[in-house]
Amino acid sequence: MANYKMHLLVCGGTGCRASQSDQLFENLKNTIAEKGLANDVQVITTGCFGFCEKGPIVKVMPDNTFYTQVAPQDASEIVNEHIIKGRKVNRLLYINPETEEHIADSKHMGFYRKQLRIALRNCGFIDPENINEYIARDGYAALAKCLSEMTPQQVIEEMKKSGLRGRGGGGFPTGMKWDITSQSKADQKYVVCNADEGDPGAFMDRSIMEGDPHSVIEAMAICGYCIGASKGLVYIRAEYPLAVERLKIAMEQARQMGLLGDNIFGTSFNFDIEIRYGAGAFVCGEETALIHSMEGLRGEPTMKPPFPSVSGYMQAPTNVNNVETFANVPVIINKGAEWFASIGTEKSKGTKVFALAGKINNVGLIEVPMGTTLREVIFEIGGGIKGGKKFKAVQTGGPSGGCLTEKHLDIAIDFDSLTAAGSMMGSGGMIVMDEDDCMVSMAKFYLDFTVEESCGKCAPCRVGNKRLNEKLEKICSGKGTREDIDLLRNLSHVIKDASLCGLGQTSPNPVLSTIDNFYDEYIAHVVDKRCPSGQCKALLQYHINPDNCVGCTACARNCPVNAITGERKQVHHIDQSTCIKCGACMEKCKFNAVFIK
Amino acid sequence: MEMINLKIDNKNVQVEKGTTILNAAKSIGIKIPTLCYLHLHDFNITNKPAGCRICVVEVKGRRNLAPACATECVEGMEINTHNIRVVNARKTVLELILSDHPADCLICAKSGDCELQTLAQELGVREIPYQGEQSIYRKDTSPAIIRDVDKCIMCRRCEMMCNQVQSVGALSAVNRGFMSVVAPAFEMNLEDSVCTYCGQCVAVCPTGALTEVDNTNNVIRALADPTKTVVVQTAPAVRAALGEEFGFEAGSLVTGKMVSALRTLGFDKVFDTDFSADLTIMEEGTELLDRISRHLKGDKNVKLPILTSCCPGWVNFFEHQFPEMKEIPSTARSPQQMFGAIAKTYLAQKLGVERENLIVVSIMPCLAKKYECQREEFSTNGNPDVDFSISTRELARLIKQSNIDFNALPEEDFDSPMGESTGAGVIFGTTGGVIEAATRTAYEVFTGKKLENVEFHQLRGMEWIREAEVDFDGTTIKIGIAHGLGNARKLLEDIKKGKSHFHAIEIMACPGGCIGGGGQPLHHGNTEILKARQRAIYREDENKTIRKSHENPYIQQLYAEFLGKPMSEKAHHLLHTHYFDKKSNGEHHDK
Repeated sequence: MANYKMHLLVCGGTGCRASQSDQLFENLKNTIAEKGLANDVQVITTGCFGFCEKGPIVKVMPDNTFYTQVAPQDASEIVNEHIIKGRKVNRLLYINPETEEHIADSKHMGFYRKQLRIALRNCGFIDPENINEYIARDGYAALAKCLSEMTPQQVIEEMKKSGLRGRGGGGFPTGMKWDITSQSKADQKYVVCNADEGDPGAFMDRSIMEGDPHSVIEAMAICGYCIGASKGLVYIRAEYPLAVERLKIAMEQARQMGLLGDNIFGTSFNFDIEIRYGAGAFVCGEETALIHSMEGLRGEPTMKPPFPSVSGYMQAPTNVNNVETFANVPVIINKGAEWFASIGTEKSKGTKVFALAGKINNVGLIEVPMGTTLREVIFEIGGGIKGGKKFKAVQTGGPSGGCLTEKHLDIAIDFDSLTAAGSMMGSGGMIVMDEDDCMVSMAKFYLDFTVEESCGKCAPCRVGNKRLNEKLEKICSGKGTREDIDLLRNLSHVIKDASLCGLGQTSPNPVLSTIDNFYDEYIAHVVDKRCPSGQCKALLQYHINPDNCVGCTACARNCPVNAITGERKQVHHIDQSTCIKCGACMEKCKFNAVFIK
Repeated sequence: MEMINLKIDNKNVQVEKGTTILNAAKSIGIKIPTLCYLHLHDFNITNKPAGCRICVVEVKGRRNLAPACATECVEGMEINTHNIRVVNARKTVLELILSDHPADCLICAKSGDCELQTLAQELGVREIPYQGEQSIYRKDTSPAIIRDVDKCIMCRRCEMMCNQVQSVGALSAVNRGFMSVVAPAFEMNLEDSVCTYCGQCVAVCPTGALTEVDNTNNVIRALADPTKTVVVQTAPAVRAALGEEFGFEAGSLVTGKMVSALRTLGFDKVFDTDFSADLTIMEEGTELLDRISRHLKGDKNVKLPILTSCCPGWVNFFEHQFPEMKEIPSTARSPQQMFGAIAKTYLAQKLGVERENLIVVSIMPCLAKKYECQREEFSTNGNPDVDFSISTRELARLIKQSNIDFNALPEEDFDSPMGESTGAGVIFGTTGGVIEAATRTAYEVFTGKKLENVEFHQLRGMEWIREAEVDFDGTTIKIGIAHGLGNARKLLEDIKKGKSHFHAIEIMACPGGCIGGGGQPLHHGNTEILKARQRAIYREDENKTIRKSHENPYIQQLYAEFLGKPMSEKAHHLLHTHYFDKKSNGEHHDK
C-alpha cells in the first residue's frame, strides 16, 4: 500500500461539481502523475465541505490549506507551487472580508469557527466511495459494538439518553421511536431512511448521502438490530443521482465486507437495504405519504394513528428516520450518550445542520450546536448580509416555517424556541432576507410552493392554500383591502387547525408570521397601495421630476402605451392609470428625470 | 369488552374501545356533520379518508382539530363539537370547498339530492368569501356514466367503491393539489378504461360529479312520434324502489302505480322484464342442467361451475379482467336483452308493427344496462333490440315532468303477453334471486318431481359470499352466490386455481343485487333501505300465484308458438350471446 505524504481533497458535492470540480479533480490527478508524484500525493474526491459560496473547494492535507473557488486550470499551479515548492497559492486562499487577510487554515475562518461537525464529520474528509476511509474513521465500529457488546434494549436506552431528536422536522425523540417500534410484534419489520429532502434550498441530506453514505447504512443496521428488522429501505428522490450512485457503491462495498447481509460480524443478525426512488413530491417527506409511495400507491398521507411504528410499510411495523438523524447515530454509540447530551440545549441535544441561503455572504451548509443564536449563524458563520445591506428577516424551517426578525436574532436555536417564536426547525432550511425583500411577496413565494406541493387529499390544504395564494397575489398587485388581511388571518388559522398532515398544518406559517411581524408592510400594500421594498411591480409608480425634465419628449416617444403627455420643452407627465410600469421611460431619459415611487 | 368514558359537549358518554368520536356523539344524540365519510353498515364498507375535514371537533389538549369520523375515543377525552373554533373551521372549510365548486345548483342533475347542497344549507352558508380560480376539467361522457369532475370534492367514495368493493380499479385520485381529481388512469375516458358501468360510483357520489347518462329526452321524443309503437319493460327491482322518489317509505311496492304512470306517460304497451326473467330461467336453467347432467355422467369437457350472466356489470367485469374464463358463464342473454329480442320479433309480428317502428324502452335499476343495449351483438341491421334504457331515477323525473301525481294514481296491471310473470322472475331483483329462481325450475326438471316449498332460504341474505347445498332428490347441487365484484373476483380466483367446488354461481355486480343498483334512488349510505327493498321483492314473490318460471303460461305459449324448446336453434339465435376479450383488445370491441 502506498504511503502517501500528502492528500488533495477535492469537493465532489453536487454544487462544486456544477462548477467543474470533477474536471479539476482529473487535472490534479494528471498533473500529479506527470510530475511522478503519484506514489506520494493522493488526490481524492470527497463530499461537501459546506462552504458552497466559495466552491469548488480543494483542501491540502496535512497542512490543512483551504483553497477556494478553484478552477480546473488552477491544478498545475497548486501542484507546482504548493506540492512541489511548498508555497501556498495565495490568490486561491480565502480572504477575511473584515481584515482582508488571506486565511489558509479553515479553522480560522469565520465560516467554520463556530461550527461543530458531527453529522457532517466525514463530509469533505473522506472519499465516500471508499469504505476503508470510512472504517479508518471508526466506521462500523458502532455497529460492531452494538452487535457484540450490547443488547437491542441497551442500544435503545443509549439512544434515549443521548436526547437525539428527529432531524427531519418533527423533532420526535429517536430512542423513543425505536423503542415503540421494537415493542410492536411482527414477523417482518422495516427500517426506512427518509431521504426525500424537499425543502427548497435544503441539501443537508443530499450532502450526507454524497459525502458519507456509510454512516447512514451503519445507523440503519443499528436501528434494524434494535427494532428487530432485517430489511431497510432508503426512500430517496430520483433527482439526487450522485447521492444514489454513492449510496449504491457504499451498499455494495458493505455487502462485500459482510457489513450488510446475513450473519453480520458473525452474529445471527441479518440486515440488508434496498433503494426506493421518489418522484420529488414534497409531501412524500411526510412518513405515511412516504410509505404509501413506497407501496406503489398515491403519495398522500393517511391519519395517524396508526403510527408507522405499529402499522407502516406493507402494514408491518416500520421505523422511519431522516438521513441526518441516522448520521448522528454511530457517533453517539462510539462516543457515548453522555458526550452527545453534553452538547446543545436542555431539550435539544447535539447539533443541527442548516442550509444557509438567501442574501447572505457565506451561502452553504453549516452544522452548529443546538443553542447557537441566529445572530451567530447569520453574522458570524454566514458573514452577514450581502452588499452591506440591512438584515430584515430569516425564514427558518423551509416553506412551512415562519419569518423571524431582528428581535428574534438572539434566540438560541432549538426545536422548541423556534416553534415558540412562530417558526420551526423543519429540516434546517435558513433563508436570509434583506431590506430589498418584500415580505408579502415572500409569503406568496412560499405559498406558490405549498400550492404546488399539496397532495390534494384534504380540503383545507387543497383549496385553502390556493385561496391564500390568490389573496396574497391580490395584495401584491395592489388590489387588496384591509378585509383581505383579516380573511388571510382566519383562513391561515383554519388551514393550520383543520388540515390532515404536517404540510397543511404548517403551510400558512409564512403568512401568519409576516402578518405578525410586518403588519405595516401589509397595510402599506392595501391602504397606501405601496410596496415599501419596491419589489411588487404592480405597486410601483413612475414619476417625472419637473426639476430635471427638459421636455425632450424621448420618454413620450418611447412609451409603448402612450401614457406620457407633454409639449416639447415642457415638463412631461405620466398618467398612472395607463402606465404599465415597463420602465422604458426611465431607460430613455438622459436627464435622470424619471424616478420610481 | 373494554369501555371508554369521555365527555362530549359536557355530556358524559361511555362507549366501546375503538368507537369513533362520530359514533360516540351519535349515541347521545349529537349529529356531527360529515361529507366524505360513508358507512354502509350491512356490507361493512367504510370510507373515511378524513379528507373533507367537515366533521372536525375540538379535543381538549390536542393542538389541532380532530376529524370525528376517523378519530377513536380515548379514556377521559373532552370533546367540543360546536364551539366557535370548531364552527368557524367547519364553515370556512365548507366555504373553501364551495369556492371551487360550480354554483349551478339550479340546473344540476343532483339538485335536491346533493349532500354538498344540503350541508351548505345546514351550516347556513350565505356567501363565499374566498372566491378564486376554479379547477376546470373536461366533461367525460360514456355510454352509461357522465363524469363532470368540476363538481368532484375529492371525497374518494367512488374510488373506494371502484377499488375496494368492486376491485375494478377504473377510478383513482390523479393530479396533485388544487388540480386533484378522481379519474381513470392518465385521465383517459371512462369508456376506454376498465369501467364496468356498474354505477356504484354514481350511487355514492355526494355531488353531481358522477351521474347517469340521461335518456329521458329520447324516450319523450319516441313517445311523441306517431309513427312509432313504444313499449316499455320494467325490471323487478324498480317497483321496490321507485316509491322512494315520491315519499313512500323504503320497501314500498308500487308496481300498480308504476304501470299506471307508464301508461299515462303514453307507452303503447307496459310490459314486465320479469317475463323475460322467466324466459332467462328457461334458457339458463336448461343450460345449467345440461352442463350438470353431462358432468355427473363423467364428461370431462364440461365447464363447471356455470356462472349466471344476467348482470351486465358483471359481464363487463369478466370481459375486462378474466377474459380467459369467458367460456364459463352461461351464454343466456340478460332479461333486458331477451325481452328486446322477443319484442322485436315475436311481439312485432303479433302487433303487426315493423321492427323499425317498434321502440323498446327499458326501466332499469342499473346503469350498465344503458351500455348493454348499445352492444352491437344485440342489434339487427343497426336497429337495437332495446332502444333506450332509463334508470329508476330517470323514470321518477319523467313522471314528475309530466305532471303526474304519482300518489294519486290507480293501481293497474301489465299488458299481455309480455307482462305476465312468476314470483321467480320477481326475485331476480335481489342477490340470490336468480339462482333461487333457477333452482325452482331445475329441481322439477331434473328430478321430475313437484317442488312443494319454493322458498330456498339458504340462498337468501346480504352476506357478501354465500354458499348453499340443495338436495336434488339425492344429488347434492352446490351453489355459490356473490354480490359486489370484489367478491366475484374471489370466487373467480378460486375457479382459476381449481379450488372451486360449486356447480353454479350467481353473481351480481352491485351490493344487494339490482335493488342496490347504480340507477336506483340514492340511499345516502342507509343500508336499511336496501334491506327494505329486498323484503319487498320477496313479498312480491309471495303474492304471486305462480312462482316457478316454467309454469308461466305465456312463456309456455312463446315456446309453443315461436321458439320451439329451450336451447333450440331459434332460442340460441335470439336468446344467447357470446363474450369478448376486452383485456387483450385493450378497448371495446363495439366502439
